[in-house]
Amino acid sequence: MALRGLGRRISIGKRCFSSASEVEKRPRDGKQINLFSAINQALHIALETDSRAYVFGEDVGFGGVFRCTTGLADRFGRNRVFNTPLCEQGIAGFAIGLAAMGNRAIAEIQFADYIYPAFDQVVIPRSPQQAKGLLLACIRDPNPVVFFEPKWLYRLAVEEVPERDYMLPLSQAEVIRQGSDITLVGWGAQLSVLERACDEAAKDGISCELIDLRTLIPWDKETVEASVRKTGRLLVSHEAPVTGGFGAEISASIAERCFLRHGLQLEAPVARICGLDTPFPLVYEPFYMPTKNKVLDAIKATVNY
Amino acid sequence: MSIRHQTKANKEGQGEKPHLDFFLFLPHLLDLFSLLHSTMGLWSVRSRLAHHLGQKMAYLGALQRRSWPLVSFLQLWNPRPSELVGGLSSNPINRCSDRRFASIKAETSAAAMDDRCRYQVMDFPGGKVMFIPEMRFLAESPGERISCYRVLDDDGQTISGSSFQEVSKEIALKMYSDMVTLQIMDTIFYEAQRQGRISFYLTSIGEEAINVASAAALTINDIVFPQYREPGVLLWRGFTLQEFANQCFGNKSDYGKGRQMPIHYGSNRLNYFTVSSPIATQIPHAVGAAYSLKMDKKHACAVTYFGDGGTSEGDFHAALNFAAVMEVPIIFFCRNNGWAISTPTTEQFRSDGAVIRGQAYGLRSIRVDGNDALAVYSAVHAAREMAIRESRPILVEALTYRVGHHSTSDDSTKYRPVDEIEHWRTARDPVSRYRKWIERNGWLCDDAESELRSNVRKELLHAIQVAEKMEKPPLAELFTDVYDQVPSNLHEQERLLRETIKQHNGDYPPEVPV
Repeated sequence: MALRGLGRRISIGKRCFSSASEVEKRPRDGKQINLFSAINQALHIALETDSRAYVFGEDVGFGGVFRCTTGLADRFGRNRVFNTPLCEQGIAGFAIGLAAMGNRAIAEIQFADYIYPAFDQVVIPRSPQQAKGLLLACIRDPNPVVFFEPKWLYRLAVEEVPERDYMLPLSQAEVIRQGSDITLVGWGAQLSVLERACDEAAKDGISCELIDLRTLIPWDKETVEASVRKTGRLLVSHEAPVTGGFGAEISASIAERCFLRHGLQLEAPVARICGLDTPFPLVYEPFYMPTKNKVLDAIKATVNY
Repeated sequence: MSIRHQTKANKEGQGEKPHLDFFLFLPHLLDLFSLLHSTMGLWSVRSRLAHHLGQKMAYLGALQRRSWPLVSFLQLWNPRPSELVGGLSSNPINRCSDRRFASIKAETSAAAMDDRCRYQVMDFPGGKVMFIPEMRFLAESPGERISCYRVLDDDGQTISGSSFQEVSKEIALKMYSDMVTLQIMDTIFYEAQRQGRISFYLTSIGEEAINVASAAALTINDIVFPQYREPGVLLWRGFTLQEFANQCFGNKSDYGKGRQMPIHYGSNRLNYFTVSSPIATQIPHAVGAAYSLKMDKKHACAVTYFGDGGTSEGDFHAALNFAAVMEVPIIFFCRNNGWAISTPTTEQFRSDGAVIRGQAYGLRSIRVDGNDALAVYSAVHAAREMAIRESRPILVEALTYRVGHHSTSDDSTKYRPVDEIEHWRTARDPVSRYRKWIERNGWLCDDAESELRSNVRKELLHAIQVAEKMEKPPLAELFTDVYDQVPSNLHEQERLLRETIKQHNGDYPPEVPV
């Protein structure tokens, strides 16, 4: 699919509109037209009603490879509707600078695929011994792999590591602690937070099963599912923002698989203790983080649901 | 300037005067000889040839309106296809090829050259090109490195024969005062970080001339897109020591509302785009901004700064290419200080620095001594004029040395010799070099110097005290400015967070008002 980026600000969700036209529930007049024509109409209107609007990207000048920009250059001129060199990062960067000066920058990315990195595999270790084995496995794997190294663990995590050459399996989660009341899933640096939450929950008589996912894409659904079938409850925790975060994927998948299965079911909704949907802040960092206490409160709430 | 075509020879070798093809190379303030001397590796010419070419250039009146002389490039001597036979030294054509690779042999007869060395022109997308039947690779680097423009010698004396942009006493003294202020500011804030009072800092030691002199050559209407080692530009424009301190402490007067690490300054009022940590992202932003200035027909340009490391980023490439194609008024200022954290330039690129890359994108470029305040001032002054008048991008590479560590998180003695650092800190200090020039002009006395230093110190220490005591911005600012209005998901997250705070107050820093 093609991707369109808009400046001055990113428009997401229900927010107030800056143009004069009202948002209609369902327009009652108009002709039957297809998607690219509808987009073309919208772009014509955008350029017509805002003299500071610009449309640019690869091949937009002649009308675009998907015909979305037909007629725009002829009507508004090559200063406002123009081709860019073949470079998505250039298009994005240029758009930001243009928007920063108070213009409406409408950047066309020809194929969304070109803007997203191609993740085939994503792997993240929790400790030194894990890091060595997983990294060797990643390097020797024939697929491209993104290997995340939690900066926080670089120095603080210390563990006995075999000196020999060894590999740990990719796409295999590890159950670090056995438990019966609730399954906790995490990866990387967050596991130490979860471990501490487990310890404290134990004092309240809650038995937690702790799983290190290790590989995020593709992830070991079987191990997690087996655990949740045993405990009936799941909590996922990560530092990344909660919306669209990987916890959402795990939550949705487990809900699909464990909603009602062989007489066992989820006793409570899947809990997610994650970061906020904001850029990572400095002064407010302690507020942003998914702390042990936030996790502990969620464990108790889930167990008592 | 477009490339002009070389026409075919007339009959009987009576050729019309050849039209030289011109390739826009780089402007120099030196004489024509030096200019020709710095062409790409194929041609290394001597003075007779230079004279010959100078005459040819003068003949083409179109050049007169340009302030920078242009240089002829590849198309001067090309043997005709019919003549490409025989051995090496006797055949006149091979004398052409000998000349192409011979670095010191001058041609004997220029006219004979023109006769023998004409070729047919071919038409391709992108324009007409001369073809040659001999396979020739462009050398990977010119025979010599691109020369570096300087005005003051190491002793602060103007070099005889140098040309530079005159600067008034008032501006000259402000430049000096700001360079000194920057030095003191760096020293004290660095110390504050070491004492744990701020979390991070990075200095611009060694690059004071780059910071201040380049800023002095710009106007307030020129929008600046910095990397992070250019606080002197902000200082020149009027950012106060208190404003610097407020950002470093992230207090409620910080324009960034406590969200960013120290040194991430920004100012709408002073036309200085906020510093952002990732390297080189600002470069294409500046191009977009420059396009806006062009569309709005402003008499101003965009200026963006980056280091030698930044030129390796894809964003650098993307930006230069966009800027050239869209013909925008922008100065790309590269601070080549020799180091990208621990990576020396030998491990950063194999080109002759950054200046040589301008030509690859169709940009004019210049290399300048970054520790020479007058040279930096002159070069930026000239670059700005060209950028705006001709709506074109200009690349300025300032050679310098990063005297300080990369940041407070770095100890550069781990990867470079201490005596090298000390040499550049003392013998090559741009501030003292410039001071000598000012003193020679009788514009500065010792009393004024020590009074300046003492005042700056006092003012800075006071600013830090004030900034440190001031309370932080309220928690609500964590959720604002992510979007223009706070959306429902963030409202919900704020609500849950406040409940958590009530339960676990001890988890949170007391200086942030909830």
